[in-house]
Amino acid sequence: MSDREALPAALADVVADFESLDRSLRAEMLIEYADRFESVPARVATRPFPEPNRAPRCESEAYVFATDREDGTVDLWFAVENPQGLSAKAWAVIMQETLSGQPLEQLARVPQDTIFTIFGRDISMGKGQGLVGMLECVQHEAKRRLQQRRSNTG
Amino acid sequence: MSETALLADIAARGYAHPDVLVTTEWVAQNLKNPNVRIVESNEDSLLYPAAHIPGAVQVDWALDLNDPIRRDYLDRSGFEKLMGKIGATRNTTVVFYGDKNNWWATYAFWVFQLFGHTNAKVMDGGRLKWEKENRPMTREVPTYPTTSYTAPDRDDTRIRAFRDEVLTHMRAHKKMVDVRSPQEFTGERTHMAEYPQEGVLRGGHIPGAKNVPWARAANPEDGTFKDATGLRAIYEKEIGLKPEDDVIAYCRIGERSSHTWFVLTYLLGYKRVRNYDGSWTEWGNAVGMPIEKP
Repeated sequence: MSDREALPAALADVVADFESLDRSLRAEMLIEYADRFESVPARVATRPFPEPNRAPRCESEAYVFATDREDGTVDLWFAVENPQGLSAKAWAVIMQETLSGQPLEQLARVPQDTIFTIFGRDISMGKGQGLVGMLECVQHEAKRRLQQRRSNTG
Repeated sequence: MSETALLADIAARGYAHPDVLVTTEWVAQNLKNPNVRIVESNEDSLLYPAAHIPGAVQVDWALDLNDPIRRDYLDRSGFEKLMGKIGATRNTTVVFYGDKNNWWATYAFWVFQLFGHTNAKVMDGGRLKWEKENRPMTREVPTYPTTSYTAPDRDDTRIRAFRDEVLTHMRAHKKMVDVRSPQEFTGERTHMAEYPQEGVLRGGHIPGAKNVPWARAANPEDGTFKDATGLRAIYEKEIGLKPEDDVIAYCRIGERSSHTWFVLTYLLGYKRVRNYDGSWTEWGNAVGMPIEKP
């Protein structure tokens, strides 16, 4: 199975949308995503947000939260404390819209390379690291639940 | 408000060349000044299209300042085209601002100085301060009549250093400032996971270089530059630089170090500061270069 086939269908669609865009259309589309960003609701988390939920290396100070659904999948929520953190906001919206409710195994396998297809290869080192950090947080939530499930059934 | 009053805050900070900075209020008062071109330069390519100072044009470090093929900056004719596109003449006062404490704004400023466009300034505090003051922003991209701009050839001798020059500089035990993070300086971090394009094969720093992360020159709450006393405390008391020193600054690819170049040259008045834009991505990948690793 290729990396692309392993992606949840909705995320694969987003990746396909971004693949052929030039720099200015890419920026336009990412801004549209960022405009839809809504911070994590108070029923899920309130400030000060817990340090373990903070995405490592993210300069925009992003936090990642997951709440369980009855079917064993999760809903994803994000906070981005830097108002200028448009890339973090766009990535949060993309992950929230395409990964919430998807099998945890798929969340755990999303390749980091997806970020560079969406944001472009010329993304700066600092920003790329932060976005990877956000994905790592999501994957940590998925893997933790999968491990728990395995130890419960083992 | 008079020009002096608009710039009083900057004049009080003890800089060697205070005229190279303008305040956000000065920019607000000059938005419609035909002799002023406001230029936004960011690390984050999403910020300008999302919102910018009314009338500001964008100079994109990747698209506008770099040669698309070889690792180098645009040449004279490229610079002339760029200036024509943003509607600037030799007499236009170009005012740079941007994200991350004006990191990329000073990088663009540095490239402009390679072509001798000395009629250039930086808006103190950059985007952060402008936004914090709730000043107007827009998504409307302005267009200006194309100008005909004649530039001199790029001068790489005065403020730019190349690898072999850095090697000679190092052997002569002259001063060097490594403006990367402490983790990059020690060699703990070389590149990010799955993004080796910006990676290096070896970690560490150029022997003899002292580490002062670039952002220490700025006040984190509003992105403004620290005053001259605060800057001297860092560069002179902590790492022993002197205004008469021959100094080379470097980082990974030469952008963060252009911020330090700006601070030492204009705010502290150092006469001989060069930016080594090859920086660690060249030095840490080149065969046989001496490396210090604590």
